Amino acid sequence: MNSRLLLLAAVLVSGLLSAFTGSMNSYYVQILTFIGINIILGVSLNLINGHTGQFSLGHAGFMAVGGYTAGFLTTKLGPSILAAMGGSTWWSEAVLFSGALIIGGIAAAIAGLIVGVPSLRLRGDYLAIITLGFGEIIRVLIQNTDAVGGPRGLTGIPGYTNLFWTFAIAAITIYTISSLVNSTYGRGFLTVRDDEIAASAMGVNTTRYKVVAFVIGAFFAGVAGGLYAHSTRYLTPEGFTFQKTVEIVIIVILGGMGNNAGVTVAAVLLTVLLEALRSVSDISWLPQFVRDLTKNRMILFSLILIALMLLRPQGLFGGFRKPKRAAT
Amino acid sequence: MSGVDSKPLLELRNCTVRFGGLTAVSDFSATIGSNDLIGLIGPNGAGKTTCFNLITGVYAPTSGTITFDGQPISGLKSHRIAALGIARTFQNIRLFPSLSVFDNVRASFNLRRRTAPVQALWRGSDFQEDEADIDRQVMEILEIFKLTRFREDDCKSLAYGDQRRLEIVRALATRPKLLLLDEPAAGMNPTEKDELMRLIRFIKDKYRIAVLLVEHDMKVVMGICEHIHVLDYGVKIAEGNPAEICRNPKVIEAYLGEEAPALEQEIAKELQS
Repeated sequence: MNSRLLLLAAVLVSGLLSAFTGSMNSYYVQILTFIGINIILGVSLNLINGHTGQFSLGHAGFMAVGGYTAGFLTTKLGPSILAAMGGSTWWSEAVLFSGALIIGGIAAAIAGLIVGVPSLRLRGDYLAIITLGFGEIIRVLIQNTDAVGGPRGLTGIPGYTNLFWTFAIAAITIYTISSLVNSTYGRGFLTVRDDEIAASAMGVNTTRYKVVAFVIGAFFAGVAGGLYAHSTRYLTPEGFTFQKTVEIVIIVILGGMGNNAGVTVAAVLLTVLLEALRSVSDISWLPQFVRDLTKNRMILFSLILIALMLLRPQGLFGGFRKPKRAAT
Repeated sequence: MSGVDSKPLLELRNCTVRFGGLTAVSDFSATIGSNDLIGLIGPNGAGKTTCFNLITGVYAPTSGTITFDGQPISGLKSHRIAALGIARTFQNIRLFPSLSVFDNVRASFNLRRRTAPVQALWRGSDFQEDEADIDRQVMEILEIFKLTRFREDDCKSLAYGDQRRLEIVRALATRPKLLLLDEPAAGMNPTEKDELMRLIRFIKDKYRIAVLLVEHDMKVVMGICEHIHVLDYGVKIAEGNPAEICRNPKVIEAYLGEEAPALEQEIAKELQS
């Protein structure tokens, strides 16, 4: 009951936020948008990596599938669809955009199913390698597909994404995954993470749970990709490298595996941190190596991870917290 | 063959499990009636746990058939077998470490959930009733086994004996017809063992289910089992009631050793009292 009201409130706040976009510095709007997108990516990866305990490194791949699908739809088919709906009005654009996001999400979910089913025989490192390979395959495929611009990228995507869409969908993502996990059904995800053999001995269909986690996680990653595409209005395969996956994985680890609230906060922190570092690298009086370091995210990510593993392996906000009983 | 007047619930016929060149269980047959308490004993590595894994679908038999409740189950996946009514505990306790005591038991109720997963999203009245119903049943079973005060605790923070009990409760929450207990007395002190024996008898009588027990503690096995199978190197070397097993020279040689006469006296004492 409460959580439904909370969702409604969050959607309304996103609408309000969006209404004030005009009076905000567009740079801050962009950062806020990225925060929202990273929340969606972090929370959806948290279902796979955190709650279900399957170490997936394919999230940028799912994001790319959704982003390119949605972007392709609105860019190439959008004009004729809008014309069919009687021209470009705010509502016809909303219909087109939400449709494109959902189809992008579904495309990513199918990719999640395809990568999920065969790789579920694998665990831990092996699963990580397979999903990593999947992400790279997607990127190379896109790079070699001329219809979506190949290595030049997909350009001219309409800028439909605004703060309303971003944060409303972020709220829906958090709501969906939290309420799914906070149920008797959802406890199944956690039992798969904790002990697969014991889980199946208690009647939990572990394979089904893993596939479901992959499909739902990939769906939201795809939607996040769609939001990203219509925010930057330009997609290149280079935007979906392994580095993007690592960024999302760090958000999950930082927030604490299996802790949605922590992951949300971590998504905000990491996005702001990365933006802040951009300006640090412009400070002329800093030693050159510090400035270079801030530009090289992979080194930075590694340092963050090492520090985290040494100091707070459970994540900043305490991972693996046993969630309170469902507030039904 | 075994239980006196209960119909056969589980039947293993000529089951063999081979791992490459190693035959872990060879040509094992057994019948368990619907309210029997059967023991499975033998030296380390005799294939007792393999038998459990065979029955619960962790392994499929290399040859032979397993029938449960009139239905062949060899080759079925573990979760399907659990749904049919076989639950187990593990030799080294396998609770869900990140879940509370309450949630450890609640997870087992997935077999008994009436609402679909998507209903967890909208949280309508059907869903809430179902969840409240499950909550009530979990509390009920925790109450019966005196675990209520630990319900919100981390299951790893429980005392060893309580963890063992919780694992049994979690298995019982799947509402099994057959409960497999893999060395439940391991690491327990004499008082805890007595309690455990009472607990197993209580479960058998209250829920009218069959229990198959693997155990090294002969006092426990001889004290509660009605019928015992003895395995050695994967082969069944004897079966019978506790008194017969204690006297069986093959069992004494392979497993019981000098313990046998003392055990026999103890059984006689127990029978008198």
